Amino acid sequence: MLTLTSLTAGYGPVTALEDVSLTARKGEITAVLGANGAGKTTLLRTVSGLHRARSGAIDFDGTRLESVAAEKMPRLGLAHVPEGRGVITELTVEENLRLGGLGRGGRVSASDLERVNDLFPILGDRNAALASTLSGGERQMLVIGRALMARPTMLLLDEPSLGLAPRIVAQIFGLVRTLVRDEGLSVLLVEQNARSALSVADHGVVLNLGRVVADAPADELAGDDQLRHAYLGF
Amino acid sequence: MRDRIVSLRRHVLARHLFLALVGLLVVVVVVESVSDYRNTQLASMAYLGIAAGGLTVLTGINGQISLGHGALMAIGAYTSALLLPDRDATVPLTVVVLAAVAVTLVVGAAVGLAAARLHGPYLAGATLALAVAVPGIALYFKETLGGEQGLRVVMPDIPVWVLDAVFFVTGQDLTRSRFTAYVGWLTLIVVFLLLANLSAGRTGRRWRAVRDDEVSAELAGIDLGRARVSAFMVSAAAAGAAGAILAFTVKLAAPSAFTLTLSLTLLAAIVLGGLGSLAGALIGAALLTFLPSVVTDIGRNAGLSDIQAAELAPLVYGLVMVAVILLAPTGIVGSLRSGLQRARSRRRTTSPTTTSKGTAS
Amino acid sequence: MQQFFNTALTGLTLGMVYAAFALALVLIWRSTRIVNFAQAPMAMLTTFVALVVIDAGYSYWLGFVAALVSGLVLGAVIERVVIRPVEGKAEINAVILTLGLFIVLHGLAAVIFGNRYRSFPAPFGLEGLTVGGTTIALNGFGVFTIVSVLVVMGLLVALFRYTDVGLRMRASAFNQEVARLLGVKVGAMLTLGWALASVVGSLAGLLIAGGSLVHPSYMDSVVVFGFVAAVLGGLDSPLGAVVGGLILGVSLSFVSGYVGSQLVALAALVILMLVLTLKPGGLFAQAPERRV
Ligand SMILES: Nc1ncnc2c1ncn2[C@@H]1O[C@H](COP(=O)(O)OP(=O)(O)O)[C@@H](O)[C@H]1O
Ligand SMILES: [Mg+2]
Repeated sequence: MLTLTSLTAGYGPVTALEDVSLTARKGEITAVLGANGAGKTTLLRTVSGLHRARSGAIDFDGTRLESVAAEKMPRLGLAHVPEGRGVITELTVEENLRLGGLGRGGRVSASDLERVNDLFPILGDRNAALASTLSGGERQMLVIGRALMARPTMLLLDEPSLGLAPRIVAQIFGLVRTLVRDEGLSVLLVEQNARSALSVADHGVVLNLGRVVADAPADELAGDDQLRHAYLGF
Repeated sequence: MRDRIVSLRRHVLARHLFLALVGLLVVVVVVESVSDYRNTQLASMAYLGIAAGGLTVLTGINGQISLGHGALMAIGAYTSALLLPDRDATVPLTVVVLAAVAVTLVVGAAVGLAAARLHGPYLAGATLALAVAVPGIALYFKETLGGEQGLRVVMPDIPVWVLDAVFFVTGQDLTRSRFTAYVGWLTLIVVFLLLANLSAGRTGRRWRAVRDDEVSAELAGIDLGRARVSAFMVSAAAAGAAGAILAFTVKLAAPSAFTLTLSLTLLAAIVLGGLGSLAGALIGAALLTFLPSVVTDIGRNAGLSDIQAAELAPLVYGLVMVAVILLAPTGIVGSLRSGLQRARSRRRTTSPTTTSKGTAS
Repeated sequence: MQQFFNTALTGLTLGMVYAAFALALVLIWRSTRIVNFAQAPMAMLTTFVALVVIDAGYSYWLGFVAALVSGLVLGAVIERVVIRPVEGKAEINAVILTLGLFIVLHGLAAVIFGNRYRSFPAPFGLEGLTVGGTTIALNGFGVFTIVSVLVVMGLLVALFRYTDVGLRMRASAFNQEVARLLGVKVGAMLTLGWALASVVGSLAGLLIAGGSLVHPSYMDSVVVFGFVAAVLGGLDSPLGAVVGGLILGVSLSFVSGYVGSQLVALAALVILMLVLTLKPGGLFAQAPERRV
């Protein structure tokens, strides 16, 4: 579904990703794990066109993405929920959701809004409120809901668990699992919180200083004590 | 280490003094060899140069922008005019210039205090308001400041010893426009010497530090507010001196001379010359003085009416200003300098005896 | 009493124009963090376009429309060609750039239309209206001024509140990167924002010019008043800009009526410095501290 081949990217003299190859399969959750500064955010930003790769290939369902503009991603079925969530706090909850629905081009359908409001009842109750009034967990639900408004086939999530209470994280991860199971959504989940991420993911890739150091099924990674201690911190 | 710093500072001072002397020599030669008309132009270049030099210190070295320098020049000019109402006025010109500087310094301190907290667009807007507001004051106090007509400036007779001294050196009689050109350029040399020394010294380092990064300047123990206000005051003082020279040159202090256009023109001068260098300010002032007639001639030859052709010059330097910001944000001097540096480092990297990678960026 | 009332009325009319101009500045500030000082000569230039149309024998209204349309085009072209390269760069570059543009547009107008005062027509009577036997300081053109600014404001509110394009524009103004990820063509939205702001500025220019004289620098002081009004309202808030414009219009009208019209700009400067010192975030700011 999404395949990166020998991807290299960086900022000026800094190399943030070096020769990274990985595949995120259809209908699966693929976790990209690694410490702070490992290059996870750079990876997602390069995929979605916010950052340009120095070399390498990005293939999404047969389309080459290396030079596709970020604003084209929603039409291709790719939804990127950025680090720090990216709620537009000056807009209302509903406006944030509608904005997500506009991404595919055309108008926002009422049924999409209804579906997201059903998925996240908390949002349904607060539709007219300014997004700035939401809590951290509610904001995370809002941005995932907003991403779903464009009916994506693949979701890129950048550290959704950051700063949230364990119970909320469990709730959000559970919901992502359900979406994958029921609707065939594919997810590339970037996380520092490796233990939780592996408990929900099908497959895991570990990054260290911009290089892939492990690529294996999630339960295998969770069972590899040496790897866990060296790179995953649990 | 300390000794080295002291000797370095002496070295800089000596260099500035040397440049000033060379400048003086050039001024005498040029002023003596050109016509009265050109000397009036030279005097205009002097006041534009002085004001642009002051603005360079503020904008280029301290990072504050001001659209109010035209208004500050107005204050210097009106102060001079009030001191030189008629031929009987016995105030020496040196005192007039110093008074203009003193009054502008006080106003500059007030403006600087208010401005020190503002940045970028806010500062630009506030000083823009100053530029638009000040001419109105002259209109309102019609009795003392002459209203729309303004105040006439009557230059005192040239002191006899000056006439004698100049005749002794040059063998020519000193005309009035020559005298004004001398006064303007002497003032410019003194102002530039002071500005150059200030910016090369500890004060200048503080100004630059505040411009480059407020947080690290604060951490280095620099009082941001004080650095900003002092830069504004120094800059305003220069504008005051420029205003005095303007009054001597055009023999009039009237609101129409101090429109927003003047302030914007000064900004154009320092942008053209390259933000941050006094030499650039001088180049900018030269362009502002001599470009218009050239451009007007070109316009006339291209078939424009005289009136239209006269309006071409501002259009040209506005265009150049936009182009400089878009293409070469360091201005003419900066671009030359980095071009030189690039050439030098290229030579260095290609020479086989060195392994340095060069400093081109 | 009657003078007081009339002064206030004049101020309100003028305040509507300042409000429109402030609104134009705010629209651009919100989306690109640039105060467009060139807004004044841009409006001036489009007013001259109207004058050319009217002088050619066409109706005032055709000139009016021509000015607004040329404002739209001018705003879009300037954003696309001149401003785009400095967006997001050091703010002093953008400030200097808009001032350079100021000089350019001034020069352009002076070369093309001449550097002299020309009278500009008004479509409605300039005689004061009569209410209950007394003549008040509001004429037909004043009514037109108030109504047209209100209509434009209503249209802008409708655009931003109720349309998809408006939502995209707001998203681009608040968070460019997130907007891009959601499929918004941010560049196009910024161009559109500049174009619309320029139309509003043009309207202000036409309203100032109506029944009065135009000259390449006739809008210069208006940019100061518009800026002060926008800062009064917080520079970020369209509603604040409108309220700021009205407050400023009335205040300056009183200064003009009771002290002297020459000191109006000075009064604006004083108001600006007071706001920036006491309430830097504008009159309606909740957060007490803000970098200005
Ligand atoms: N905008 C940037 N400019 C320069 N370096 C950056 C930038 N963003 C990230 N980096 C560097 O790139 C590397 C990877 O960062 P990032 O992708 O944010 O890692 P992660 O998301 O895994 O924490 C780090 O060394 C970081 O310092
Ligand atoms: Mg990250």
